[in-house]
Amino acid sequence: MNFNFKHEWIETNIGLMSVLTMLAISVGGLVEIAPLFLIDETIEKVEGVRPYTPLEQRGRDIYIREGCYTCHSQMIRPFRDEKLRYGHYSLAAESQYDHPFQWGSKRTGPDLARVGGKYSNEWHVQHMVAPRSMVPESVMPNYPWLLSTPLDISDVAGRMKALRKVGVPYSLSQAEYDANVTKFGETVAKQLHIPDAQKNLVEQANFGNYDGDRSGISEMDALVAYLQVLGTMVDFSKYADDAFVGDR
Amino acid sequence: MSEQKLQSQTVQTTGHAWDGDLQEYNNPLPVWWVYTFYATVVFALVYWTIYPSWPLGKGWIGGVSEITYVNSEGETKTHSWNTRALLMADMNKAALAQKPYFDKIEAMSYEQIARDPEMNGFILSAGKVLFADNCAACHQAGGQGVIGFFPNLTDDDWLYGGSFEKVHETLMDGRRGYMPAFNEVLNGQQIDQLAHYVASRAGIGHDAGKAAAGDVLFRSETAACFYCHTSEATGRQDMGAPNLTDNVWLWADVPGAETGEGKVAAIRSVIAGGLNKGVMPAWAGRLTPEQIKVLTVYVHELGGGQ
Repeated sequence: MNFNFKHEWIETNIGLMSVLTMLAISVGGLVEIAPLFLIDETIEKVEGVRPYTPLEQRGRDIYIREGCYTCHSQMIRPFRDEKLRYGHYSLAAESQYDHPFQWGSKRTGPDLARVGGKYSNEWHVQHMVAPRSMVPESVMPNYPWLLSTPLDISDVAGRMKALRKVGVPYSLSQAEYDANVTKFGETVAKQLHIPDAQKNLVEQANFGNYDGDRSGISEMDALVAYLQVLGTMVDFSKYADDAFVGDR
Repeated sequence: MSEQKLQSQTVQTTGHAWDGDLQEYNNPLPVWWVYTFYATVVFALVYWTIYPSWPLGKGWIGGVSEITYVNSEGETKTHSWNTRALLMADMNKAALAQKPYFDKIEAMSYEQIARDPEMNGFILSAGKVLFADNCAACHQAGGQGVIGFFPNLTDDDWLYGGSFEKVHETLMDGRRGYMPAFNEVLNGQQIDQLAHYVASRAGIGHDAGKAAAGDVLFRSETAACFYCHTSEATGRQDMGAPNLTDNVWLWADVPGAETGEGKVAAIRSVIAGGLNKGVMPAWAGRLTPEQIKVLTVYVHELGGGQ
């Protein structure tokens, strides 16, 4: 390094300063942008991850509307304590259909990335209505209106079309549907078909009866359906415990 | 800044004058700052060499730092440093420390574990953590449950059986409670009679006349209570049908009701509305076999295991 270096050289030479400024900015740009072009190589290859069904997607919208993400993250980090409490660390592949993803960095409540199947529907409903009746030390607000508010299902197809625009493989045409059958299997592909969105939503809500009330489809139905699928799509028993070490 | 203050400063100018007398002060960065900056550049270079850093073609620079771990297949592997490999090494280290205990747990029968004081200590501490992370949300921190929702695990009353084998089965596969809603087949008077009968069997205040009528109804094909609760009303653990004679309550909030009439009303509402809850998730996929064995012994010891 030249110790006689003077910043005046740069400051008084506008051409040199422009070039160096460009260089400094492009380093930042490269670091941010270059990985996007390599993204296919950084998303783990796993089976089972699929876009949300119409009901789950509506539940996710409610999750975002109610601001659940301000206290709950959905990203289990690769640390021993997190593995022991929450399960396998989250994979990039698991949030590939999330727009926007719900990773988060603030936890007032626990991480929810693998909450699916951990508690019964009954628990979720009661816990949402009155959290402290289930967890005495909880500081979570009550969300009683979810149970009494009917779910607005009129615009579910429109919401799926919007997600389709940003790359979620919901199908509109027969060709897209066939591609989904190949990729996800017939059962899942049917759920991803936008023209059948409302019918699929009603069927899943009636069959699952997530809120324990058969009289109608509430916002609670959708939210619990969404929570119960979180982190359950990948069957980690199929993979060695170091299967994803090489992806980083 | 006042003119006086400006004059008192001894900062040099850049030596260039615009419009005759317009000059610019020259304030170079302090030397300590510049060298700290150079030090961060050197730090970055060292960091990039040791740890994963720059994307490179379809891969990235992995760095020279390496982590060696043993995977679940028993293979020893070495990988350039990353948090996922680090987790593997951390898990290996912890597993090694716990290995003597888990080896014993795997080899010993439930009865042997429960009788061994050293293993009991391990179960108590490891089980407590597992219980807090996975079970306490429903069964509460001490295992006392919530009336109307989740069973108390600290008493000696078991819905599905309190043997080690049954507790293990419950943990592995989960449970699902169900009782039909009897307001669809019985009238209000009949449900009232049944409620008084159940109260009489549990030894709480009731109307003897109504209870006698309920007794007959209980064993009749009309109400058919005895199919699940048995004709003695002592319940069937293979169906998760509770014993109605022990004054232990899960679904009907009898302890919470203040008056005798309130207690009967609590029983009445369960008979009328039935139950389609009491779901316990299956833990087979979420916890390891060793963890489930630890929890089996822990829950068994929590209450009066049978």
